[in-house]
Amino acid sequence: MDFGPFLLLAVMEGLVAAAVLALTAVGLSLVFGVMRVVNVAHGEFFMLGAVSAWFVTHWLPGPPAFGFALALILSPLLVALVAAAADVLVLKRLNYQPQATIVATIGLLYILQQAALSLYGPEARPVAAPFTLAIQFPWFGYSGYKLAVVAAAAVILTGVWLVMTRSRVGLVMRATQIDRDTAQAFGINVDRVYAGVFAFGAALAAVAAVLIVPIRQAHYLMGGDPLLLSFIVVIIGGLGRLRGTVVAALLIGLSDGVVSMFFSPTLAKILATLLVALVLVFRPQGLFGQRAG
Amino acid sequence: MRVWGFHLAVVALLFGLQFVLPPYHFTNFARIMVLAVFAMGYNIAFGVTGLLSLGHALLLAAGMYGTGLAISVLGWAALPALLAGLAAGGVMALAAGVLALRTAGVAFMIVTLMFAQAGYLTILYFGPVTGGDEGLVLAQGARVIGGVDLAADTPRYLVALALFAFALLANLALVRSRLGRVMVAMRENEERSRMLGYNPFAVKLAALVISGLYAGAAGAAYAVLFGYVGASFAGIQYSILPLLWVLLGGAGVVLGPLVGVLVMFYLIDLASGYTTAHLLVVGLALLVLVLFAPKGILGSLRERAWPWLP
Amino acid sequence: MAAMSLLSARGLIRHFGGLRAVDGVDFDLAAGQIHALIGPNGAGKTTFVGLLSGRIPVQSGTIWFNGQDITRLPAHRRVALGLAYTFQITSIFAALSIYDNVALAVQRLHRRDLRAHSMAHLARVGLKGRADQVAGTLAYGHQRLLEIAMGLALEPRLLILDEPTQGLANAEIDGFKALVQGVVGQTTVLLIEHNMEVVMDLADRITVLDGGRVLAEGAPAEVRANRAVQAAYLGG
Repeated sequence: MDFGPFLLLAVMEGLVAAAVLALTAVGLSLVFGVMRVVNVAHGEFFMLGAVSAWFVTHWLPGPPAFGFALALILSPLLVALVAAAADVLVLKRLNYQPQATIVATIGLLYILQQAALSLYGPEARPVAAPFTLAIQFPWFGYSGYKLAVVAAAAVILTGVWLVMTRSRVGLVMRATQIDRDTAQAFGINVDRVYAGVFAFGAALAAVAAVLIVPIRQAHYLMGGDPLLLSFIVVIIGGLGRLRGTVVAALLIGLSDGVVSMFFSPTLAKILATLLVALVLVFRPQGLFGQRAG
Repeated sequence: MRVWGFHLAVVALLFGLQFVLPPYHFTNFARIMVLAVFAMGYNIAFGVTGLLSLGHALLLAAGMYGTGLAISVLGWAALPALLAGLAAGGVMALAAGVLALRTAGVAFMIVTLMFAQAGYLTILYFGPVTGGDEGLVLAQGARVIGGVDLAADTPRYLVALALFAFALLANLALVRSRLGRVMVAMRENEERSRMLGYNPFAVKLAALVISGLYAGAAGAAYAVLFGYVGASFAGIQYSILPLLWVLLGGAGVVLGPLVGVLVMFYLIDLASGYTTAHLLVVGLALLVLVLFAPKGILGSLRERAWPWLP
Repeated sequence: MAAMSLLSARGLIRHFGGLRAVDGVDFDLAAGQIHALIGPNGAGKTTFVGLLSGRIPVQSGTIWFNGQDITRLPAHRRVALGLAYTFQITSIFAALSIYDNVALAVQRLHRRDLRAHSMAHLARVGLKGRADQVAGTLAYGHQRLLEIAMGLALEPRLLILDEPTQGLANAEIDGFKALVQGVVGQTTVLLIEHNMEVVMDLADRITVLDGGRVLAEGAPAEVRANRAVQAAYLGG
């Protein structure tokens, strides 16, 4: 293949990665934005989404599309429940104090990983895609499902944006983000908002995982990379800012895809990791945020 | 003065244990003491000065690879290689600290995490030299100081003990010194400390560098005493474990890290008899600690019964 | 006149968004005096001393201390030069012992005899007997005294006290007055105060701030007689 088409392929692969990354990162960003909690177990919610999708499709007979559709609904729901439980049982008790919550989410990470290892096993297992459609480009064939993933992510993200900016639920979330005490004084049940946001953020990660699991496989350690990349995206995009997160996800996803195709993926990750650290050190508001105060 | 006596007694106890411990535990204790030095370093940064770093694996690995590569690539003898590892830990802490200390709180946690992750990936990237994930086995012949083979059980135990004893007593001296008091002050009320004339950046950097020297020493010792250097020691697990050990034993308490490493080691050991769910034990321990016993074992003891415990 | 000033500020400006907290202030402080800074709430007093002590960065203007330009100097360096500040809202090390609190200040100057010097400073404010008590368990008035003791233990050339008598009982206020009068030989004192009795009793000179600007400056009697000051602050 010539360079041009190769680059196009790399870009399309990057788009798929960016789509999934955007969903995951927005989940993380929402949680930090509203609750000021850094959830180190976010990658495990992602992993849980993929693993539970496998269970759903495995136990349901019939055409793969049916099982997949059900997984797309059930997995995020299950993960949301787990997240809500974690918030109510643990995080709330710690009063969302920064140091304590990080330690608690680390504990949660290990527990979830262990649960997956014990119940699902150490192997990586595939999930069948709901449909197999090859779109024929002049230079190569491309999976129609992958394109569908990008479209689905775009739709979901638009939905999230609409909810955040246009709906009452979104208004309540933004109010709590801006000033928790005043929101409470206005009668908003902050505890419930927090549980809801934490669950919603986890659900977004789970959806992303269900979308990607037919392309990759479900494995109990698969949460590590999405966690790291989501962190990178959220920090570069500015913690808590939706638009910045999406743009940063596009940037990171595309460049990761492209760089990985031409150079070593390890080198790409090293550079991305250092970039995040340096952004935090020298430009803490991210590349798109506004400096506070 | 009874404080010094107490800590010396602990060292003496560890010395005496070598005569009674069965071989399996004998090696374990050597390992525990070396890791306790690493944990003490973390305690100085986190427990005493309040710097919650999530990247200390970077400093452990610096010491480990500083020594390991000096031996395997440069052909150095064990003693200069150990010193190289020690220095590597301190230098790495200095370099990372100068950048990371420009941030605070959550950002600091993330920056340190990222630095450690970058370090881990770099070790993998230079696989041909570092051995990557599989790591390097250090030649038995290189693990000798003054004719004494450090791979043998007793010399290994004694070297580990010597390192631990030195680290423990240095830690005690630090905590009771003027600098130690300032570090605690930084943790308790940084703004007030600043207005008493202390430079927050300088104090925190000093804490990190000392912490790095401890971690470097531990990594270096581990390499020489156990003959293995591997990328897993640069992984996130070894940034989380010192946090767990310190929290469990008692953050800010000098003997806390030793207790933490000891208890965790044998907790997992015991649990392995019943289940392979090691991660669960670690995860549950963290949750239980942070929810119900944030002061840890010795911390709670100090609060209730032994206020003189440093 | 300028040569005798321990501290002088010219054209200090500090805005917070739209709020002009300090809006072009000139200020001179002579050594060996007790100088009071008064004014209504929101006049900019705490911001002003924040600029002097280095807690808040200056946006415009200069500050000279002891003949040296300290405008760009960070707070901890100013303390090293002899400029100490005690907080408006008590900010001690609540989890540490009273002894440790004072020792942190004393150890900057004295390596040996740390214990002796610390105890002496505690004795000055009447807290010597409680040296091992945890600072956070002290009554509010005693915490304020501890703050002052820490400030004095730095043996500064200039001690800035931000509303030191707030929350103190009358007997404690008397003790405080005696304390300040006792140190003014070695330490110049700049005092933010709302308690006019304390101000009139202690101050050699008074500066009145209002809306971020200097409204009046002079000896207590002059300031008290000043019409504008009466209208803005003292009440007829």
